[in-house]
Amino acid sequence: MADLRSETAEVSRKPSPPPGGRSGSGKNDLTLRQRLYRFDVKSAPYFYIAPFFIVFGLVGLFPLLFTAYVSLFDWDMLADEQQFVGLDNYARLIESDQFWKALVNTISIFLLSTGPQLVIAVLLAVLLDARIRARTGFRVSVLIPYVVSLVALGIIFSNLFGHNYGLINNVLEFFGFDRINWHSDRFASHVAIATMVNWRWTGYNALIILAAMQAIPRDLYEAAVVDGAGPFRRFFSVTMPLLRPTLIFVVITSTIGGLQIFTEPKLFSDIPGSNNGGSDNQFQTITLFMYQAGFERFDLGYASAIAWTLFLLIVVIALINFLITRRIASTGEERR
Amino acid sequence: MSTQTAPRPPRTRRRASEGGEHASLISRPRFLTYGLLLAFVLGSVFPLWWSFIVASHESSVVRERIPPLLPGANFFSHAAEVFDTVPFWLALGNSLIVATTVTVSVVLFGTLAGYAFARLRFRGSGALFAFVVATLAVPTQLGIIPLYIAMTSYGWQGQLAAVIVPNLVTAFGVFWMRQYLVGALPHELLEAARVDGCSMIRTFWHVVLPIARPAAAILGLFTFMHSWNDFLWPLVVLDAQNPTVQVALERLQAGYYTNYSLVLAGTTLATIPILLVFVIFGKQIVANIAQGAVKG
Repeated sequence: MADLRSETAEVSRKPSPPPGGRSGSGKNDLTLRQRLYRFDVKSAPYFYIAPFFIVFGLVGLFPLLFTAYVSLFDWDMLADEQQFVGLDNYARLIESDQFWKALVNTISIFLLSTGPQLVIAVLLAVLLDARIRARTGFRVSVLIPYVVSLVALGIIFSNLFGHNYGLINNVLEFFGFDRINWHSDRFASHVAIATMVNWRWTGYNALIILAAMQAIPRDLYEAAVVDGAGPFRRFFSVTMPLLRPTLIFVVITSTIGGLQIFTEPKLFSDIPGSNNGGSDNQFQTITLFMYQAGFERFDLGYASAIAWTLFLLIVVIALINFLITRRIASTGEERR
Repeated sequence: MSTQTAPRPPRTRRRASEGGEHASLISRPRFLTYGLLLAFVLGSVFPLWWSFIVASHESSVVRERIPPLLPGANFFSHAAEVFDTVPFWLALGNSLIVATTVTVSVVLFGTLAGYAFARLRFRGSGALFAFVVATLAVPTQLGIIPLYIAMTSYGWQGQLAAVIVPNLVTAFGVFWMRQYLVGALPHELLEAARVDGCSMIRTFWHVVLPIARPAAAILGLFTFMHSWNDFLWPLVVLDAQNPTVQVALERLQAGYYTNYSLVLAGTTLATIPILLVFVIFGKQIVANIAQGAVKG
């Protein structure tokens, strides 16, 4: 590359004008074409990145900020003028039992999904990393759930977890256990919804972790074996520390997604179409609560207050997660 | 980890095709590995298989304690009923239009911006790219209320444009293409194009795009699947008369939930196209995931 550069530089020192107009000499001897070229080179990058910034600004950043603004009003779609209410919506939110319930539900479902999911995903990645036959076949198969839409998933699992006819209760009964009321029992419903989340995402995360595992140089393992490290020692002292960045990535993305869970609880409802998240809001999540406030009751200011609160919550929890993951994954690692 | 028990260096069988990737010091997996993997695969496929079973029998099969393991003969009649009950053809067409437009746009603009960040020098490129990466973590879904207010005031409510426009470019697309092009696009080629007096956009079209093709294909697939499965925003902004597949499915479930066979025939119909796409391209996706495409 360096050669090419000097070559072009040489070309430009010759009397005939270079095609690229890269000569450092005065601007006066540039033809119109050269000037156009120069403008092209300078401005093109900005044109290329502009679509992202325009679209993100208009439909991502601006609405998010504007949500904070709307949350200060009693917003009525039909009214000409919106009534400013200050922090009233937030006050209502804090006093609302439904909000606190939704918050606890969200965090409970999030913990029930993210924790087990990560452990299983790492285990699955280890299995897929082994010297197995039909390797690609297995890898493709574990990704199948990821392809299924959340709506289809919600419908299927809501049926599987049905009280009277659900297959899971049938199986429980077959083995002599009591039927569990997956829809009305609060904790059971959280387990059921977390199961959907885990079913869909474990294989996907396992493949991401697998990719990181394969990037670990194999001679590190050989060295560990020579040093007398058993498989568990190898896993915790070699694999885990080197997986740290990937685990952080997976945890952060599952935090952001997990706290916004909407489709699963919406379709899990035993009264279809309902946004209550169960007769007693036992599995209503915050995003479902926001949807209900905004698009069932059209209380848009209140819904915005919910959205903005959830946004802050996500930021805080993502940060906490980041710190914890960093610490956990770095135990046993000698600082390099 | 539980399976790769005690290292048995001298006894390990070495296969020429696989030996390179894995340390020969680590023993070959035994049946426990296969057992667990098989259990995973069965668990992954079973809910789909079960829903197909119910869709192809009558709704009463759900009452049987042990469901039949083989499909019945009624899938097509239930599928026909789905098309009669909700505007499913329209929904399929709409989803196809939305997902295709979004995919083409995300790939094109993602590649353009990714190329600019990967190879072009311009003022502020570092900071702007850092901004793109930071936006990956922004839950833009939470901005739907102002977005809804805006769409309604522009009269876009109920129209496909309302679902397409917000998804035309994604931070992930830009990030992904940039990461790929940084490694894959040789400086020499760009230099040669420059020496030949190629305009910037022609360079992009004739030099960058062909090289970006593998990563663009993967991005396209993921975008297509994501767009096809998108639910919250379409549910908010579209109505039951002009739905996407997911919105139609939700309507089907809301209206006919006790008719298990009908509803599950709907989910099967909605899953088949995307499953086909996946089966055809799945190997590529997986190969790419496992190549360390995500570098954390």
